[in-house]
Amino acid sequence: MNLKIPKHDINLEPFMVGPPDFNRQTVLMQTERGFKSEVVNIVKLTAIEKLFQIRISEPCERENFTFLPGQFVMLELPGCGEVPISISSSPSNREFIGLCIRKVGKVTGMLHRSEPGAMVGIRGPFGTYFPMQKMVGRNILLIAGGLGIAPLRSPIYWVNEHRSEYKDITILYGVKEPGQILFDYQFEEWRKIYDLNLLTIVQNPDENWKERVGLITDLFEDISIDPENTFAIVCGPPVMFKFICTYLANIGIPRQRMFISLERRMHCGMGKCCRCIVGSTFTCLDGPVFDYWTVMNLKEAI
Amino acid sequence: MLFKTITKENFKKMVEGLLEENEVIGPRSRDQDLGGNKIYRFLKINSFEELEMDYTRSYSSPKNYFLPFEEDLATYRLNDKDWEQEIRYTIHPRVIIGMRACDINALLKLDQVMLKSVYPNPYYFARRRNTLIIGLDHEPLEDCFCRSMNTDTVFHGFGLFLTDIGDRYFVAINSDTAYIILNQFDAREVTEEDQERYKTVKKQIESKFKTQVDITILPELMDLEFESEIWKKWGHKCLSCGSCAMVCPTCYCYGIEEDTNLTFTKATKRRFLYSCNLLDFAAVARGHNFRPDAHIRLKYRYYHKFRGFVEAFSQSLCVGCNRCGKACLAGISPKAVIDDLIKTEKK
Repeated sequence: MNLKIPKHDINLEPFMVGPPDFNRQTVLMQTERGFKSEVVNIVKLTAIEKLFQIRISEPCERENFTFLPGQFVMLELPGCGEVPISISSSPSNREFIGLCIRKVGKVTGMLHRSEPGAMVGIRGPFGTYFPMQKMVGRNILLIAGGLGIAPLRSPIYWVNEHRSEYKDITILYGVKEPGQILFDYQFEEWRKIYDLNLLTIVQNPDENWKERVGLITDLFEDISIDPENTFAIVCGPPVMFKFICTYLANIGIPRQRMFISLERRMHCGMGKCCRCIVGSTFTCLDGPVFDYWTVMNLKEAI
Repeated sequence: MLFKTITKENFKKMVEGLLEENEVIGPRSRDQDLGGNKIYRFLKINSFEELEMDYTRSYSSPKNYFLPFEEDLATYRLNDKDWEQEIRYTIHPRVIIGMRACDINALLKLDQVMLKSVYPNPYYFARRRNTLIIGLDHEPLEDCFCRSMNTDTVFHGFGLFLTDIGDRYFVAINSDTAYIILNQFDAREVTEEDQERYKTVKKQIESKFKTQVDITILPELMDLEFESEIWKKWGHKCLSCGSCAMVCPTCYCYGIEEDTNLTFTKATKRRFLYSCNLLDFAAVARGHNFRPDAHIRLKYRYYHKFRGFVEAFSQSLCVGCNRCGKACLAGISPKAVIDDLIKTEKK
């Protein structure tokens, strides 16, 4: 008699050997296997925000890792936890990735206490991206509020590296106080080398502030937008989306040409844990980058 | 599909044979409720006598043999600044006897998420691949509404599926493993008489459904009645305890937790099943909660079941077992909520 249920030991299968390729979403892979990475540099931006430059240690894993502007990774501190962080470095930089992280919780708090040389885990990249290819030949309007500049850095690098393919690039960047401005050390480079029009605005100025004062929407007075030929990328706190996108829709930019990036507290990044569900849409799979038309049709999105 | 019959005597021998070679899970009574009715659970059985083939409904669903309440996803050896991650998938061949059509359909729905969409889940895959399911037909209980959800019959996702036709079981066979096992116990070809008895039993089962839920326009209603007072009416009763999700055969939401041992030499990444009714389900860093109220969370549980999942997989994520209705401490039953929604539409 043969009544033993056949044993299928997937631990012996080929997918256990190589590193997972998160860009090939449909293959069976070790979904929880993180790429061991070293924090090679930590740039202190403000009192609560730091830019972590992270290098995947294993050369073949580093080589495999490619992403597009707008995608995110799951960053893991073994024993502490895992958090979704959008990538804010250039997709063409294959040596390290940049993650701009605000100290807000347990994992990010622990990360802020770390020093260069710390070993972390990276899974990803996950999620949708800003469709930079579709924007070729057009103007791009990038609008960031507060920490929203972090995910915008990736498309900004992209635009610079493909500068001839795009027309006028405008960045509008608003924060509450001048001390919260991130990446100001790059502003000159962006203006001079990247050939971008960068406008900044703060709500509560200090005595040294020389630029505009007000809300980010006030900056629309200072620029002219060609709605027929402009794509918009908007990142920031949810309250901002509605005001900006409504304004842009009113001047005639189609909602499918506005892209925003949503945030949720994801636990898996792979459409399994359901923690990031917005209505019936997964922020991790269908997002984080959505066009505004889609967002308008989502319940509770912003 | 192949069909055979096996006498109950031979079925007993088959179970005893399976028990000798494998771990066998089946319905067992564990307790009694206030009315003196047995409370069943799917548990490991040690002898055929422990298996209660006449059970009514297990309190919680057998899904936890595929999605355990808690599971270690990875372990880490920590060494000063460095660490090593280790991942091992649990390979544990076992037989589950007595699963209902609705519970097997629930697994098929989970398969959609865990195996057939992006990032197939290897932990689930390992368990699904190493489990032989022997299903069992039953007469519906008062509150079963699986017929309305189209989950009262099942065509795949199992090894064997039994229907009691008197002195023998009418068996649908759906895997080679199961076929080989069955044939070792004098399984017979289906006779005309067997077939007639099978038809009669099936008709009788069909005639016993008492509870119906109208889901025809439910996905649309979920959007149309998004701001309805119905959600507050039921949501204000909700205690946000998460019992519904724990007993549900299709709820799969989870959370991740990591911890270390006291000497910081080992760490574990653990997944635990969660419930979208729990207070902090949609909380993000710094304390903002996208779903701060119980009624909003309750609404989203229904929204995922009857709208979101329909959009993604063209079927709802409910099998009509009413386990959540039974388990709910506040007496919220899915039928009552859905009926209410449909009524408001008609006004």
